[in-house]
Amino acid sequence: MKKFILSLFLVGILLVSGILTTLASESPVTISWWHIQTETAHRAVWQDLADQYMAKNPNVKIEITVMENENFKAKLTTVMQSGEVPDIFQSWGGGTMNDQAEAGLLKDITAYLDKDGWRKTFSEGALGVYAYKGKNYGVPRDMGMVGFWYNKDLFAQVGIDNPPATWTELLDDIKKLKDSGITPIAVGEGDKWPGAFYWEYLAVRIGGEDAFVAAASREGSFTDPAFVEAGEKLLELVDADPFQLGFLGATWPDEATLMGNGEAAMDLMGQWAPGAFRENSLDSQGLGDKTGWFKFPMVEGGAGGPNDALGGGNGFIVGKNAPEEAVDFLKFLSSVESQIAQAEVGLSVPVVKGAEAGLTDSTLKLVQQGAAVAEYFQLYYDQYLPPATGSVVNDAVQGLFAGTLKPEEVAQMVEDSAARELK
Amino acid sequence: MKKKLFNKDVQILQQKSNFTWQLRDNMTIVLFLLPAFIFLSIFLVYPIFRSAHYSLFNWNGMGPAVDYIGLENFKRLFTDRIFIKAVQNGILIIVFSLAIQLPLAMGLALIVGRNIPGRAFFRAVFFMPYVLSEVITAVMWLILYNPNPSRGFLNAVINIIPFLEPQAWLADTKLVLPAIFVVLTWKYIGLHMLLYITGLQNIPKDIEEAALIDGVNNRQMVTYITIPLLAGTIKTSVYLSILGSLQVYALVWIMTRGGPVNASEVMSTYMYRYSFVRFELGYGSAVAILMLLISLTFSIIYLRLTRQTEYLA
Repeated sequence: MKKFILSLFLVGILLVSGILTTLASESPVTISWWHIQTETAHRAVWQDLADQYMAKNPNVKIEITVMENENFKAKLTTVMQSGEVPDIFQSWGGGTMNDQAEAGLLKDITAYLDKDGWRKTFSEGALGVYAYKGKNYGVPRDMGMVGFWYNKDLFAQVGIDNPPATWTELLDDIKKLKDSGITPIAVGEGDKWPGAFYWEYLAVRIGGEDAFVAAASREGSFTDPAFVEAGEKLLELVDADPFQLGFLGATWPDEATLMGNGEAAMDLMGQWAPGAFRENSLDSQGLGDKTGWFKFPMVEGGAGGPNDALGGGNGFIVGKNAPEEAVDFLKFLSSVESQIAQAEVGLSVPVVKGAEAGLTDSTLKLVQQGAAVAEYFQLYYDQYLPPATGSVVNDAVQGLFAGTLKPEEVAQMVEDSAARELK
Repeated sequence: MKKKLFNKDVQILQQKSNFTWQLRDNMTIVLFLLPAFIFLSIFLVYPIFRSAHYSLFNWNGMGPAVDYIGLENFKRLFTDRIFIKAVQNGILIIVFSLAIQLPLAMGLALIVGRNIPGRAFFRAVFFMPYVLSEVITAVMWLILYNPNPSRGFLNAVINIIPFLEPQAWLADTKLVLPAIFVVLTWKYIGLHMLLYITGLQNIPKDIEEAALIDGVNNRQMVTYITIPLLAGTIKTSVYLSILGSLQVYALVWIMTRGGPVNASEVMSTYMYRYSFVRFELGYGSAVAILMLLISLTFSIIYLRLTRQTEYLA
């Protein structure tokens, strides 16, 4: 009998310990917040803002989880499946957020935005990125566009006085840089999205707004000439061999390292680039005064205008189980003061009216103005389209960079996925 | 008569107590097995059935699965050239493992299994990589393979040697699979070496001595005595190697994520990409189920084929 009781006891311990570990202890109000700012200066701003809020609201505890971009996407996917959504987390809006909203994983904050004129503090376009079917699920903190970041010193060294304005000029400048033994372009094509920017931008320049709207609305197709031609133009670039050794396996941090250390001349990237250059450079200074920025060159004969922009921004969306306090904290995060603090360290290109003054970085000002004058503003494909199609774009374009896929095949792959997902 | 009855009573009593003891023992066994059974059911058996269920749906992983499409996912799987590429890569890794990794491990075992000076040291050195986690191994080799000669050790060495050009390694569609195989070998050779050493120690000394008296040379000793007597161990090692090759995941995902352009894609990275990058959970489940079927079929066939000869060894 003793043996029996003993074994019963042991089994009991096993089961109870298993159950106990799954139950977390609850304090009054805890807000879980996931962001992806790994740069020291940037994460310090978030920590500081959270500390300020907690000092003012002693009953609230904010638990911050910082993750690198790719890790964040992977982790979020898994918690989404289990329904354990963080209260506030990074989002780029678009197709991914729409899927999350459709599955009921997000909290509708429309009513909060309409209260006390919170809605009016944002620039309308940026706020709209985080809305789906007329409901708001989050707020933006940043809006910018993709463009070429370049090293002014390296350009001067080979005698390029003005950054290229057309595709042909870009190819010429690449040749000049290459002849002087400088790596013309850094790209982290192992991550795929940095390279997809090229294909997407070429489609924006060649097909203009009409081509994309037609394809996305299913009146047209991703096999339309504009998208095939984008692939052909990209091949011209790849054939010029402008990238660093091993670019097919490189990541975005690798790409930023090359730029930050002045080992490559150009980089097609969004508004977060200067911060990453700093963080990934040997001296933690990045390019500093040597940083230059120019818009993606015009493609001769293209239907798009020179000011049309590919871009997007960052924002925070709210998980379905978030407490009231989480929304209040989000409001605090999007106050003018908070936005100025973010802008001052180059963390955000502000979207709240009155915070533009905080933007001291001259290149980031260029980005902000560029986004403001865009007649056609295209959200990154991998965010705009459903996630499945977005990743097909990224995967397929890598085939162009590697020379394993033809422009028609890439267009067809994207079209096949779009036909399946965009019903 | 009375005695007989008495005996019978004792017998019955004994039987009874035997029965209760037996029952109690069985209960204990069941109780001890219960936690493992419950956890396995929840975390292994149940998910397998759920995956099988989801594999029949077009489902993005969020909300309930409602879009029933039958065997469409499997049809798509068999016609997808990237999946076929992933299977081919898996087979290549198996072939490389059996043809290169295991013979190397056997060679090492024959060398360090003997009484040579410093054998404990060599055993420890060869076994060490196996102790490291796959993640640490992958990150370490990622740094060694860095294509930039000022950061990657391999290209730094190549830079010193004349007539050799730095290579892109993991970023080169042709070099990536061999490069990954080097890491797999480096990591798992120690395990197989240890298996063989243990096997070698179980070979009775008198057989070897008898053979020596008969005048066999070293080569004959290995081919006619050692390897045949190691058959059981070799079978285990081949089994582990093939199953391991079919399931390789963390190393590949961390080092290349199956890239560049699917050059190092294996079934598990393909499954992960569709499930957790593209959010096509239904399709991803179909891949998982197929992987399970392949591994299971292989295991059953392999064990069937090798069981009969087991007693001869």
